[in-house]
Amino acid sequence: LSDEASRPFAGLSDVSISEDIPVEGDISVPMGSSRRDDEFSTLDEPVKETILRDLRAVGNKFIHVLYPKRSSALLRDWDLWGPLLLCVTLALLLQGGSADSDDQGGPQFAEVFVIIWFGSIIITLNSKLLGGTISFFQSLCVLGYCIMPLTVAMAVCRIVLVGGSGPVSFGVRLVVVTASFGWSTFASTAFLADSQPANRKALVVYPVFLFYFVIGWMVLTFSPAQ
Amino acid sequence: MASANDPFQFQEFEEAASLLEADRDATTITIDDEDTKAEKQRIAAGFIPDGDDEDRLASDDKTELLSGQKKSAPFWTFEYYQQFFDIETHHVRERIIGSMVPWPRKNFIHVYLRRNPDLYGPFWICTTLVFAIAISGNISTFLGKLGKPNYKYTPEFGKVTIAATAIFSYAWLVPLALWGFLLWRNNKAMNLVTYSFMEIICVYGYSLAIYIPAVVLWILPYEWLRWCSIMVALCLSGSVLVMTFWPAVRDDHPKMIIATMSAIVVLNTLLAVGCKVYFFSKPETLIPVEHAPAAEPFIV
Repeated sequence: LSDEASRPFAGLSDVSISEDIPVEGDISVPMGSSRRDDEFSTLDEPVKETILRDLRAVGNKFIHVLYPKRSSALLRDWDLWGPLLLCVTLALLLQGGSADSDDQGGPQFAEVFVIIWFGSIIITLNSKLLGGTISFFQSLCVLGYCIMPLTVAMAVCRIVLVGGSGPVSFGVRLVVVTASFGWSTFASTAFLADSQPANRKALVVYPVFLFYFVIGWMVLTFSPAQ
Repeated sequence: MASANDPFQFQEFEEAASLLEADRDATTITIDDEDTKAEKQRIAAGFIPDGDDEDRLASDDKTELLSGQKKSAPFWTFEYYQQFFDIETHHVRERIIGSMVPWPRKNFIHVYLRRNPDLYGPFWICTTLVFAIAISGNISTFLGKLGKPNYKYTPEFGKVTIAATAIFSYAWLVPLALWGFLLWRNNKAMNLVTYSFMEIICVYGYSLAIYIPAVVLWILPYEWLRWCSIMVALCLSGSVLVMTFWPAVRDDHPKMIIATMSAIVVLNTLLAVGCKVYFFSKPETLIPVEHAPAAEPFIV
């Protein structure tokens, strides 16, 4: 019996291990995560830390939009939390106008959402079709974050409108919206235009200009209920 | 080919003619020089090349020739659509200017498109026009009703959807119908000049470019200005379209030519006048109330 069993391993008996080679080590069975994953494993940390880390990342990107230098922070670690937050805030601020009672009023919540996301997707597709090197979600991230100046302008406009809606308030709002529209366009082209060859930069910048112009128009024409 | 014994043995390829004699059904490829092919087309279309302004466009031809033939990918891949965005900023600028300034001998497709139709121009011109109409209409309504006490400003955002539907269906369905029609007529009467679907879409898209400044002009509340600008825009845009499609229907039955051309012009006119009437209400008459106390201002 032992003959039959040992035949497949017949050659093994000839193998000898010399005494000077130490054969030792440990065998550790990985419990679901290898050594490399331990550095990124966030399962054990408190929830507060997880949330704070994401919030810090989002806040960091807001700062990069405020001072648009050619840094790659926005591009490298893209996330869509910031754009979602800004989009929801802007859409909520655009509610409560005289639109609610009329049928031909300002944009509805869903319309703002659709315009922002659908517009961003179309601009991203456009820049990719023109041969841009930026990835799909990076571009969505940049376009979404650069809505921040316009959201701030919307908040300012609503505050100004509390004071009154005459020509003075309109003038103030016009200045604020124009400035923030220019800021948004400048900030996003600082990131997006670099990814295009020089002879197509204008082709990529124009849709971004149109996008922020339309959003700026929505912000400017918000009229409060009386 | 011939020897299957040793695949690594160098094969001497015989002359193409003798190979063709051996196998009549073999597929053959003739590589025509790009310039001579374009030359033949131009002469067929009755276009005599102009000397000086061909130089800039000719250099583009050379770069295209150097970059090789266009690959065609299946239509469900991304690369298929990328071939329609193979243009540069100055191309778009030239095409827009060319669509606004019709020149008797210059056929838009042959001079500007040169076998490279793009989707960038039509799409973004249509989008810009949609928002231009909606915004200008809103501003003009606001300016028209500025003095009225009961007027409450509304952004009228729903009109964007209507404008988008009208303009995009004009810019995409009419070329589709025209292309189908030309294809059908091509079977009856052999035309030398045929346009591909993308080229027709391109022409229609760029021909809408003249309406953008016209629409912005309509903000001013003067009826005579609006009608003047609409006439000018109609003439320019319509003549570009007519001159482009003239070579494609020239060899056809005269009745068909008239029918096609008038259909193109009529649809163009319908779009322009329809947009003006729907989005830009007539400025209300400034006749004070004592002249016509009972009459309500008529708003279109």
